[in-house]
Amino acid sequence: MIKRVIYSLIGLTVKLIFIAAGIIICLPVLMVVTGSVMGESDLLKFLAPVFRDGKGFAGWAIIPQSPTIDNYIKLLIRTPQFFILFWNSVKTVTLILLGQLIVGVPAAWGFSVYSVRGKNMIFTLYVVLMLLPFQVTMLSSYLVLKQLELFDTHSAVILPAIFNTFPIFVTYGGFNSIPKPLIEAARIDGAGEMYIFFKIGLPLGKGGIMSALVLGFLEYWNMIEQPLAFIKTKALWPLSLYLPEIDWTQAGFAFCASVIMLIPAIFVFVMGQDYLEQGIIYSGLKQ
Amino acid sequence: MFVLLPFGDVVRRSFMTTMSEKYVGFENYKTVVTNQAFVLAVKNTLKFVGTALPILVILGLMAALVLSKLNDISVIKSLYLFPLAMPTATVVIVWRMFFYKQDFDSLVISYVWKNLGYTIVLWLAGIASVPNELIEAAKVDGAGSIRCFWYVKLPCLKGSLYTIVVLSFLNSFKIYREVYLVAGAYPNSEIYLLQHIFNNWYVNLSMDKLTAATVIVSIFLFIFIIVLNRLWQNEN
Repeated sequence: MIKRVIYSLIGLTVKLIFIAAGIIICLPVLMVVTGSVMGESDLLKFLAPVFRDGKGFAGWAIIPQSPTIDNYIKLLIRTPQFFILFWNSVKTVTLILLGQLIVGVPAAWGFSVYSVRGKNMIFTLYVVLMLLPFQVTMLSSYLVLKQLELFDTHSAVILPAIFNTFPIFVTYGGFNSIPKPLIEAARIDGAGEMYIFFKIGLPLGKGGIMSALVLGFLEYWNMIEQPLAFIKTKALWPLSLYLPEIDWTQAGFAFCASVIMLIPAIFVFVMGQDYLEQGIIYSGLKQ
Repeated sequence: MFVLLPFGDVVRRSFMTTMSEKYVGFENYKTVVTNQAFVLAVKNTLKFVGTALPILVILGLMAALVLSKLNDISVIKSLYLFPLAMPTATVVIVWRMFFYKQDFDSLVISYVWKNLGYTIVLWLAGIASVPNELIEAAKVDGAGSIRCFWYVKLPCLKGSLYTIVVLSFLNSFKIYREVYLVAGAYPNSEIYLLQHIFNNWYVNLSMDKLTAATVIVSIFLFIFIIVLNRLWQNEN
C-alpha cells in the first residue's frame, strides 16, 4: 500500500519535471506572443542590449507592462503587402499538398497492394531520393526549371515538391495497416481494382493520408531553401522567407507577423496532433 | 525522374568548364577538394552531425524510456512536439536574441530543440513494440530492471535505432534554415556549413565547382545510405 503511494508520487514528480521542461521548450512561442503586444519602449528595453550593444540576452517580461494592439493594427490594416505574402504561402502550400495527394496516394497504394518486379529496387531508390538534402538536388532542379522556363515563378517551388517521395512513405504506412485478407476477400467477391481503391483503400488508409498532409503542411509552411533558390522576385516570396528580413528596430511588427504566421501552424498542430504522431511513426516504419 | 535525368546532366557537366563546355577531366574536383571554404564546411558539417545526432538520439531514448513507464502522457508529448510545428521564421527573432553569439553550441541546441519530440515519439513506438512476454519472461528469470533493459529491450530496439538515425540525419540538413535566417549567407567560420557553400556557389553561378561538389556529396550520401540499408536488412 505504502509502496504504491510512493510509486505514484514518484510518477507524479517525474511527470511534473517533464512538463516543466516542456514548458521551457515552448517558451520561444510565448515570447513571440508577448512581444507582439508590447509597446515600443518595452521592446527597446529588452532588445537593445542584444542587437545594438551586442551584449547578452537581457531579460523578458511574460506579462507586458503596457499591452497594446498598435502593432497588429499597423500590420493588418496599413500593410497590404503582408497579405500578398501570406497569400503566396497559402497558395504554394495548398497546391503542393494537392499535387502530392494526386501523385503520392496512388503510388503508395500501388506499392502496398501490388507486387511488381523491381519493387524493392524502386523503393530503395525512393529512400535515397528522400534522404538527399535540398542543396544536393538544387542544381539539377534548377537546370530543369530553366529548361521549362519556370524559374522565378511559384511553379518553380511547387513542381519539385509535388514529386517528393516522403509523403509516399507515410501514406504507404497507412495503406499497409489494412489487412491483406480484406482486399483478397473483396477481389473474390468480384470487386474491381478501382472499386477496392476507393471503397476500401481510401477510407481505411485515411489515417496515413492525413498524416502525410499534416507533416507536409508543417514542412512547406516553413519553406526556406526552395523559394530562396528558385524565386528572385520578392513579391512572390512566401511569408516564411520574408519575416526574417524585418529589422529588429521594427521588432513589434515582426512579432505580430510571426504570430499571424504561427496561427495556421498551431491550428493544424492542434487539429492533427494524432495524425502528426501517427505520421511520425509511419515515417519510421521498416520499409 | 524529375531528379535522376538532370542529375546525369550534372555529372556530365562536372567534368567540363561552363563557358566552353570543354572536357577538363577531374580538374573541377581538384579545385573543390583543395578549396579552403569547402574543407572547412565539410569539417563543420561532420562535426555538427557527429555531435548533435548522438545527443538527440540518446536524449530521446532516455526521455522515452521514462515516459513509457508513465500513463497519460499526451500533454507532455504535445509540448515536446510543438517546436516541430513552429515555422523557423516565427522564432527566428527569438533565436537572434538567444544565439547572438552564433556559435557551434547554439546550432546543436536549436537542432535538439526542434527534433526532440519527433525522436521521442519514434522511440516510444519502438518501445511499445517490444513484446511484453519477453520482458515478463526475463523478470521471471530474475533479471533486474537494468539487466532487463540492457539484454532484452535494447536488442529489440536496434531496428528503431536505425530508423531514428536515418530520419535524424535527414532532419539535420534542415538546420541550415535556422543558421541562414539567424546569421545570413556568410556566418562566422565556426558554423559555416556545407549548405552555405552550396548556396553561395549557386548564387555566384560557380557551376564548375558546384557540379563537382554535388557529385562528391551525393556519392558520399549514397554510400552512407546503402550501408545503413544493409545494416537494416541484416536486422530483419
